[in-house]
Amino acid sequence: MNLVVSAIGQGLLWALLGLGLYLTFRILNFADMTVEGTFPLGAAVAVACISKQMNPYLSTLMALLAGMLAGLITGLLYTKGKIPILLAGILTMTAIYSVNLRIMGGSNISLLGKKTLFTNQFLHSLPQYFDSVILGLIVVIIITLLLIFFLKTDYGQAFIATGDNPVMAKSLGIHTDSMVIVGLMLSNGIVALCGALIAQNNGYADINMGIGTIVIALASIIIGEVAFGELTLNQRLMAVSLGSIIYRLILLAVLQLGFSANDLNLISSIVLAICMMLPQLEKIINIKQPIMKGVKKHD
Amino acid sequence: MTEPILELKDVKTTVKTADGQVVPILKGINLKINTGDFITIIGTNGAGKSTLFNTIAGNLRVTSGQVMHNGEDITKLPEEKRTKFISRVFQDPKLGTAPRMTVAENMLLATKRGMRRPLLLRKLKQKMPDFIEMAKTMNNGLENRMNTFVGGLSGGQRQALSFLMATITKPDILLLDEHTAALDPHTSQNLLTVTDQKIKQDKLTALMITHHMEDALKYGNRLLVLKDGQVKADIRQDQKQKLHVADLYDFFED
Repeated sequence: MNLVVSAIGQGLLWALLGLGLYLTFRILNFADMTVEGTFPLGAAVAVACISKQMNPYLSTLMALLAGMLAGLITGLLYTKGKIPILLAGILTMTAIYSVNLRIMGGSNISLLGKKTLFTNQFLHSLPQYFDSVILGLIVVIIITLLLIFFLKTDYGQAFIATGDNPVMAKSLGIHTDSMVIVGLMLSNGIVALCGALIAQNNGYADINMGIGTIVIALASIIIGEVAFGELTLNQRLMAVSLGSIIYRLILLAVLQLGFSANDLNLISSIVLAICMMLPQLEKIINIKQPIMKGVKKHD
Repeated sequence: MTEPILELKDVKTTVKTADGQVVPILKGINLKINTGDFITIIGTNGAGKSTLFNTIAGNLRVTSGQVMHNGEDITKLPEEKRTKFISRVFQDPKLGTAPRMTVAENMLLATKRGMRRPLLLRKLKQKMPDFIEMAKTMNNGLENRMNTFVGGLSGGQRQALSFLMATITKPDILLLDEHTAALDPHTSQNLLTVTDQKIKQDKLTALMITHHMEDALKYGNRLLVLKDGQVKADIRQDQKQKLHVADLYDFFED
């Protein structure tokens, strides 16, 4: 039971990663590798600020801003520097690695004994692991609502149009370059926020904690889509968080089968690869219906 | 004599080919477009018809010459800024609409062409009745598909939507780049009829590229023949009425 609660809590906290990446991967229609760097950047900035006695809320905000700055750099490299988006993301990601080492002054720092978002009387009064469930839920709901609002504004609609048909967007006077830059900033800001929360939950930041983040984020998005099918945009955003929880439960199940935590990246990639191949597999054998039935029965 | 709404003064453009050669496309175009003109444009492939549109719309820079809008030099004005007064329908139905947005959402985007798009709620529901009325004028059942994703529409409906979007906020200049060429003859005729009605009704100033000589003669008050990057003939209303398709072919003879 405890393990399931823990998985749900982790799923909620990590859901931010999927929500952030959704803006670029599904709406702007490209894969942004920067997130592999912004996730540990958020962690590093938050932990560094907290260990300098900064207020944890302010520290988390600083992490978010740092992520947005990273997104801005990738955006400028891509739109103004005309570097292909995949490479622009990899460049920023690689550069951030050094920045993270500078910020942390080493390859990891601990938060032992420091005040974090989780050292809160109310959260402490809860049973084990419920603190991450509650905090995760609050943050996920706030970010999801903000995104829903954003995408329903005239500005947000122009943002969606930019990803959907840039030629049309331009012919309607939409500044597609600024839209892409804003999208990358928001996306990376949310991802850095996620890094900041995970680091505070774990009690440390580590230089290597970014490895595989894009796969985890994509897994949340794709699992959400595979599990819930045709949805409106608002529902899709919610499905990302549910996808993130399902993904954690899958990992939990795999660990129970006797795999070690060292195998997680391998398993993540396999899970994502299978989900992404489902449409192809479906053409060969009618596999989706039995799976959907399986999902529904357990509901 | 009033100022022309759009004027091209000795406009020249070039393109760079794959092997690095600079090839001239427009070789000195002079053109005055007056308010209310509906100009049909014909010309062989490579005559520079699309290049002319790209130059007017601003997604192609001129090498020399000037583009004037209401007497104001807009030669250096970027494409996004020109959308305040220029709208365009592309030949490919896929280019003019956003496939993963609904018909109504696409129309909403077009109502703000060239305008600021604030961080305020879009208020789609309040605008829906107006949008449905506008969609009805397309005469092809578009009004029943307001909440359909545009990717699921037929090419004809999609192109009708592109046209509707280009005219939803009245442009100073409407550019129609063979906008019915990708459609079957029946759908194409329907859209052309609607186009003609709309242009007359809203007193739009429009330029329409076409490969159909009959259409070039039937529609509009002025006919432009482009050849080898130059205006070969600029035929006004009175002469245009006397022309026959055979006369047009004569322009392409050398």
